[in-house]
Amino acid sequence: MSEEGIVKKFMYVNRKCPYGTIYALESLEVVLITAAFDQDVSLAFTDDGVYQLMKDQKTDGIGMKNFSSTYAALGDYEIKKIFIDKESLDERGLSISDLQELVWEDEDEDYAEKSSINLVSRAELSKIMSQQDVVMSF
Amino acid sequence: MKLGILINEGPYQHQASDTALQYVKAAIEKGHEIYRVFFYNDGVNNATRFASPPQDDRNISKEWSALAKTHDIDLVVCVAAAQRRGILDKGEAERNGKDSDNIEEGFRISGLGQLVEAGIQADRLITFGD
Amino acid sequence: MSMLHTVNKSPFENSSVASCISMCAKSSSILFIEDAVISVMKSTKFAEMIESSLKDFKIYALKPDLEARGLSLNNVIEGVEIIEYEGFVDLTTEHDSVQSWL
Repeated sequence: MSEEGIVKKFMYVNRKCPYGTIYALESLEVVLITAAFDQDVSLAFTDDGVYQLMKDQKTDGIGMKNFSSTYAALGDYEIKKIFIDKESLDERGLSISDLQELVWEDEDEDYAEKSSINLVSRAELSKIMSQQDVVMSF
Repeated sequence: MKLGILINEGPYQHQASDTALQYVKAAIEKGHEIYRVFFYNDGVNNATRFASPPQDDRNISKEWSALAKTHDIDLVVCVAAAQRRGILDKGEAERNGKDSDNIEEGFRISGLGQLVEAGIQADRLITFGD
Repeated sequence: MSMLHTVNKSPFENSSVASCISMCAKSSSILFIEDAVISVMKSTKFAEMIESSLKDFKIYALKPDLEARGLSLNNVIEGVEIIEYEGFVDLTTEHDSVQSWL
């Protein structure tokens, strides 16, 4: 499904909690479609966006569908560049162990599971963001 | 330059669609090409032709429609987001067993791939939202 | 690559302005639109943050949004450039990409 072989760097910046608004869910839908177009996709989680990746989300009580397991499937779509803003975790009293583990399988190394998560400072994230062709924030 | 526009909020509640309209008008004035305007999230609500604002207020859907007609702009509404929020063209209304369609002239319903394509083909993609 | 960042929220409402500034690389520009134009007014509690950011980035504010909110152009922090929608278009084409802090 690539467009005449053009591959651009797309970054999706997630800054909001899941469930309170629909942005996290509908952002994920765009991310999956972008991967289907064989584009170079990265995801950034910053500010309240880090809550999207929390383990143990239980949504029965709010009557909404729990879509948190979709993040674990990103590796199957060859999305393996996930950047998490460390300062946003620190500000919220969270650590990386509060978040889901996200992995991808490396075909070249007998499908060894490798982590997709990169814990980065804001300065690093800023640099990565400025190297993108298309940045979308929901 | 070719510019792609993404609108993520509906009309009236947020300024997003108004700002996007002003931006698009200015861009056309400066000779740029609007590759596509894509409506996502609650932005799909910009596409209803049923909105009936008071006479002294602007009609945002009509403004988009008129602008698209004059300058041949591709206005695309995300199908999945539109189905959630009840924005339907004739085909979608029939498929979903609804008694009417409500899409404004000049808008078309299509998939999210159209947004990604705009990201690929346009020189810049600019998002307007809340 | 240079980036244009746009912000549309009042700094009194949420942290978008602060997040944007903290994640803005040098050689980037910030454009305040809609309710975010409040950020560039003198003597708000955010004025100091904006003044010190001006050392690192170019900062712009959309004139029609300032005027709509009854904000006097004379009270805009010095160094902030006031632009029209045409200027907004120019900023998007002059920079390599655009990030909207929604």
